[in-house]
Amino acid sequence: MSKLIFSLDGAFLGEFPLDKARLTIGRRPSNDIPIDNLAISGEHATVAIIGNDVFLEDLGSTNGTLVNGKPIKQHILQHGDVIGLGRYQLKYVNEAVISAMSGGAAADFEKTMIIRPSAAQVVPATEQADTQTPAPAAPPAAAEVGKELPPLAHIQVLSGPGTGKDMALTKSLVTLGKPGVQVAVITRRPHGYFITHVEGQNHPVVNGESVGAQAHPLNDHDVIELAGVKMEFYLAPA
Amino acid sequence: MNLSGILEIVRLTDVGQRREHNEDAVAADAESGLVVLADGMGGYKAGEVASEMAVLTIMAEIKEAIFNWVPGRLTPDTGMQLESLLVRDAVAKANEAIYQVSQSQPQCAGMGTTLVVGLFTNDRVLVGHVGDSRMYRLRGEAFTQVTEDHSLLQEQIRAGMITAEQAKLSSNKNLVTRALGVDPSVELELHEYDVLPGDIYLFCSDGLSDLVEDEEMHLTLATLSSNLELAAHQLVQMANDNGGKDNISVILVRPLKPFPASQGWLQKFLRWLNLR
Repeated sequence: MSKLIFSLDGAFLGEFPLDKARLTIGRRPSNDIPIDNLAISGEHATVAIIGNDVFLEDLGSTNGTLVNGKPIKQHILQHGDVIGLGRYQLKYVNEAVISAMSGGAAADFEKTMIIRPSAAQVVPATEQADTQTPAPAAPPAAAEVGKELPPLAHIQVLSGPGTGKDMALTKSLVTLGKPGVQVAVITRRPHGYFITHVEGQNHPVVNGESVGAQAHPLNDHDVIELAGVKMEFYLAPA
Repeated sequence: MNLSGILEIVRLTDVGQRREHNEDAVAADAESGLVVLADGMGGYKAGEVASEMAVLTIMAEIKEAIFNWVPGRLTPDTGMQLESLLVRDAVAKANEAIYQVSQSQPQCAGMGTTLVVGLFTNDRVLVGHVGDSRMYRLRGEAFTQVTEDHSLLQEQIRAGMITAEQAKLSSNKNLVTRALGVDPSVELELHEYDVLPGDIYLFCSDGLSDLVEDEEMHLTLATLSSNLELAAHQLVQMANDNGGKDNISVILVRPLKPFPASQGWLQKFLRWLNLR
């Protein structure tokens, strides 16, 4: 279950569980979350639950709706987001994310499920009959994309016509060598840089030894030999 | 039409970092120009059953029908390659088979699978899909997502509720609106595209596309095009490096030369008959 924690200038005023498909926020008492303040429009914003998402929408309010300080029209709430309405705040807390972060069984949350347009309800593919509650919200996958990468690195050519040339390794993949003769790729991964053979008869040589066909980790000051050219790898920005 | 030696195909499936079972299934047959990828869903091992049944049924059905097939004929109503009917039939059979097992075996109740199938013939590719398994194409510099997911998110994007950028923040990536085997019949989305030698086709499950940005997939295929095997491993590795929260499957197909339907008199005659 997720909820919105209601506060004014940081002082706790209460909390609202997101237990309906749609909640309204506004000045009128008929709203699910009524805020009796002139800075708030009669019907200010709505929060709708769509599948695993909690969807915030400004209803064309006079003073606007902020999320983490930025005005929004529509926004998919992420755990910890703070909705700003005048001087009031609503903080979005997703308890599924908290339990996942504290080592709860998160793996099952993201299993593929079918949603039937007619029922407008999430039916886990396993237990169609007895499941009445929507699936627990999954921790945002986007946070996992682009995990921390190692510091930037660069290579410098030590021999041949390109001697002294420097190349920054800013992309996740950078190829070296001559296409059709010998090519290797340096990949930037969360736990470091690796060199892998791509094409050609010969495999790349690192510190005088052939690395074979497998990915080989690169350390600071390693010397790479490829298509007759020597290069040094530096684990530091160019 | 024997396409072995014309289609270079690499396939790879990986359980990922967080799951105990691999519920994805992949198969490819260069000779008949057929690739199939399915991402199963359902409790315990039922997801594996559904995806395996889908892949095996479709492979068997199409491979059998395509033996001694005369390519280059078109269906009178849609103008697509006649093989489109084979794909539709095979997918319908797979749907029935999975649905029947799910109805008769309690431990398989409610199982289903997403699907993407590609059939290469006559310088074309027929692409059918159900759910959020995808096909992308790299042609020259352009990397394009060809299939459009049958998912809640895609519906929201189409309805203008959210932008593709906002969709990246959504937790609804796992909600598909169509799947194979969950109902007595299934609607297959089927399209046909021209194929050029040197194109690279990427078929994948959402374990890849949810965790690796399109630009990174593009960079990988463009950079490692000379070694498709390595490109496939690199894609899987990137998804694993980003958390590997789901099973990851990849099929890469590269046509090395054109494969038009033969222009022999028999083929011409049969095509003429077909047009009548």
